[in-house]
Amino acid sequence: MSGLKKGSIAVVGAAESDLGLVAPNTSPLDLMAQGTMRALEDAGLKLSDVDGLFVAASQTRMGPMALAEYLRIKPRYFDGTIIGGSSFMAHVAHAQAAIEHGLCEVAVIAYGSTQRSVSRAAASPREYNYYESPYRPILPISAYAMAAARHMHQYGTTREQLAEVAVAARQWALMNPRAWEKEPLTIEEVINARMVSYPFTVRDCCLVVDGGGAIVLTSAARAKTLRKKPAYVLGAGEALSHNTISSMPDLTVTAASESGPKAYKMAGIKPSDVDMLSLYDAFTITPILFLEDLGFCPKGEGGRFVQGGTIAPGGKLPVNTSGGGLSYCHPGMYGLLVMIEAIRQVRGECGERQVPNCNIALAHGNGGVLSSQCTVIFGSEATL
Amino acid sequence: MQSLTEKSPLGTYIEHVKKGELAYQVTEDGKAVFYPRAVAPVTGGDLEWRVSKGLGTVYSTTAMYFKGEAPLNVALIDMDEGFRLMSRVEDIDAMQVKIGMRVKFRAHPGDEKQAPYPVFTPAEGAK
Repeated sequence: MSGLKKGSIAVVGAAESDLGLVAPNTSPLDLMAQGTMRALEDAGLKLSDVDGLFVAASQTRMGPMALAEYLRIKPRYFDGTIIGGSSFMAHVAHAQAAIEHGLCEVAVIAYGSTQRSVSRAAASPREYNYYESPYRPILPISAYAMAAARHMHQYGTTREQLAEVAVAARQWALMNPRAWEKEPLTIEEVINARMVSYPFTVRDCCLVVDGGGAIVLTSAARAKTLRKKPAYVLGAGEALSHNTISSMPDLTVTAASESGPKAYKMAGIKPSDVDMLSLYDAFTITPILFLEDLGFCPKGEGGRFVQGGTIAPGGKLPVNTSGGGLSYCHPGMYGLLVMIEAIRQVRGECGERQVPNCNIALAHGNGGVLSSQCTVIFGSEATL
Repeated sequence: MQSLTEKSPLGTYIEHVKKGELAYQVTEDGKAVFYPRAVAPVTGGDLEWRVSKGLGTVYSTTAMYFKGEAPLNVALIDMDEGFRLMSRVEDIDAMQVKIGMRVKFRAHPGDEKQAPYPVFTPAEGAK
């Protein structure tokens, strides 16, 4: 029984750090600190207002300690839950519990990575696992490739349908000045790009760039007094299903089928109430799986659903309007940026790519090898 | 519960691979468990070792393209006894490994850095 209350807290500040390729010797903590100050400025709050701190990163194992030291703050409440790219959605749910119980009032969730600068191998070293490592799987890519292969086998999903996800992301990215990719992309270019782990070419895989950011959350009551229109947390759901891909029960069904319904129930909404989706697109298969598991199309229909520009600009369901991890930014654990775009859409700050009358935005995070799934639904004041 | 001061689950498993056997565990109610554990999942009860007949079916597969190497297969294999493991299908082009293909276990000898580990070969027609 979820004790969290719809709309009890809101995001009041959201900002990226510098993205893309940062200067040599920039640290993940530099990026977190920069993102934190930008997000506080966005909210009209000061560092001294922060009494809750939530951090996850692959390059600093004890994130809350490291960022608290860097900023010289003493948070009353802190949480370093690390479950991969969905950590930050989990942090939102945990921050909500803490704020509802008076354990903190102003929570910062921060992330930073310099994986482009230092290399992915250095930023996210793999743990040795006798049961997998001898086979040299390119992790996490090969795990997702096997999920895609299984989906193609079981449901007839095609190489072109996977490519369509990357093409839609690129079309959105061309409307986002912060996006890494600046050139158009075609289905043929995706399919004919360098093969990495069949069926994935390099264009089916997320970017490897530097980046980070922060969001600031507080109680609904305090949110109303601050600078920006609050993006209320209407619903949140968290689920874990496995750690290694060898132990995922069914490679075509993710635990988004658990986290989504939890979030919908808390928010009191259904999928058709959602105006835009921000779905963790580590690989082209992931939005397809999440569209199914979050109830936007039946299981197995995700490939056919995205075909013909459904999720692209001008399509019937706006997905990943930032350009996503495939074309905008993917610093390694991308979940925080997944939420920032959803928050901006609810606030109406997205300029050329703004979804008209966007009152409800769903942000879905994925971590590990389809292992952790966490969903957060944001809403404008009208949705309370 | 088995003591962990003399033998580990992985240690026992590797001993089997060295003898050319693919071992797995079963719970008290006969459910196959993989990877080897000290404690049965879900129930927390005891586990017993078994040796697989070595036949399985490819559940999913990918071919990996490393620079300067032939494509390398990695696959998930569903064993007939009801457990799944990651492995590699050898003696066949990586791109020709297909979902649903029947495969048979053999032990890869490993090397000075890597303990022996299971791989598979095509076994079309094996029931």
